[in-house]
Amino acid sequence: MIESINFTPFFLSFKLATITALILFCISLPLAWYLSQTHSKIKPFIEALTALPIVLPPSVLGFYILYALSYDSPIGAFFEEYFGVKLVFSFTGLVVASCFYSLPFMVQPLQNGFETLNKHMLEASYIAGKGKLQTLFSVALPNMKPALMTAIIITFAHTVGEFGVVLMVGGSIPQETKVASVAIYEMVEIMDYTTAHIYSAIMLGISFLVLLSVYLFNAHHTKRLGL
Amino acid sequence: MIDIAITKELDGAKGSMALSFKVTIKQGEFVALSGKSGSGKTTLLRILAGLEKAQGEICVADKIWLNSTTFYPPQKREIGFVFQDYALFENMTIEQNLLFVAKDTQLAQHLLEVTELSSMKHRYPHALSGGQKQRVAICRALMKRPKLLLLDEPLSALDSTMRTKLQNELLALHKEFQTTTIMVSHDSSEIYKLASRMVVLENGAIIQDAPPSEVLLEQKNNTLTLRAKLLCIQETATQPQAIVTLGQQLTAITITKEEAQHLSIGEDLLINAKELTLQAL
Repeated sequence: MIESINFTPFFLSFKLATITALILFCISLPLAWYLSQTHSKIKPFIEALTALPIVLPPSVLGFYILYALSYDSPIGAFFEEYFGVKLVFSFTGLVVASCFYSLPFMVQPLQNGFETLNKHMLEASYIAGKGKLQTLFSVALPNMKPALMTAIIITFAHTVGEFGVVLMVGGSIPQETKVASVAIYEMVEIMDYTTAHIYSAIMLGISFLVLLSVYLFNAHHTKRLGL
Repeated sequence: MIDIAITKELDGAKGSMALSFKVTIKQGEFVALSGKSGSGKTTLLRILAGLEKAQGEICVADKIWLNSTTFYPPQKREIGFVFQDYALFENMTIEQNLLFVAKDTQLAQHLLEVTELSSMKHRYPHALSGGQKQRVAICRALMKRPKLLLLDEPLSALDSTMRTKLQNELLALHKEFQTTTIMVSHDSSEIYKLASRMVVLENGAIIQDAPPSEVLLEQKNNTLTLRAKLLCIQETATQPQAIVTLGQQLTAITITKEEAQHLSIGEDLLINAKELTLQAL
């Protein structure tokens, strides 16, 4: 029975989640650092924009992303004409959509991590003659490992679990955009409950393990520091 | 020589106030900065460190750190700063904390020896006591061989035994390095022991600037004068008793009923005693 199961949707889901987490980490690190350090008046606007995907229905977000990336829009037309990249109903489009959808899950833990760091510790680094970049990598990041772990793992897990946005932007093209959550939906639709059960059990197990790893890591870190 | 003439508008607990600080500090001088909380002491240290901006001028050994056209960031100012909460780099061992500031292993080793921390140089800050952490913070501040050492109530969180020990270490380090130092402190005995000059701030302005002996010693006409705070007044069968705090000590003083009527709880008092005897404990 197991041999007959097609694991490609899982492979696609994990590939999508890994790429999304990597891209978002690079984008969110400077953004979260900026938000944690600034007192600018535009800070609440940026924070609200970043948090939007948490409250927006995935269909609304998916619709706008679909609209923005389609060939009829300037962005979609630009990418297709100059780079030959189709941004809707393609894996690339899924990555772009996932980056919007999972942005708050990367930015918020990182920003919280930066904000809970002892401000004097960062200032001590500046006084020691170190610039902002060296302070970020030598002092800030090593002292907020639980926040880093939470940001990366939750973003990864959230991307694996997304459904509405990927269905709207990517559709269900086998080997290309048919990720695990979409595959489960299709199995239920065609009443193949056995495969749906297996797929769902795998997703459930992985999600639990991912969350468990975050909590175990954070508990270990807290114990090590004697907090 | 350090010339400081700065002003800054501050938002204090009682509304806004102007911090105005103008002093010239000689090379190697140990200045104690005292005053009520909210008088601008910590802000002043932060301005000197370049962590906060202000108007005016700061000139250290002929180098302009601050004026209308120049603002040196903390990285360019040759300062050491000891924070009240230590602010050690938790991800680094004691030795790494020191070497992060300057890759001078000899100096690091020497400082750790003076402060009796050599045996624990591979430990992380979370495995240290408060006193040990503060010694690491002092060593780290000296690693850059700073022109100006700023200490923000460095010993306030420690018990009296550890305080005395660290005061001696600070004194030894100051003697050796001759670093011009400004230390915020509320502890009279600490100021008297360490500082050669005492500046008292009130509402952002200097109200006293003199040697600690002149500011702190209160003796007139061979009469001992003590500062105390009235804790409560107890009625007894005969005469009322005022319970006052003298530093860490509580004392009961018999007063007249008339005196009791004029005193209010929490009031600062001056106690005069004419007959004085000293006895070893």
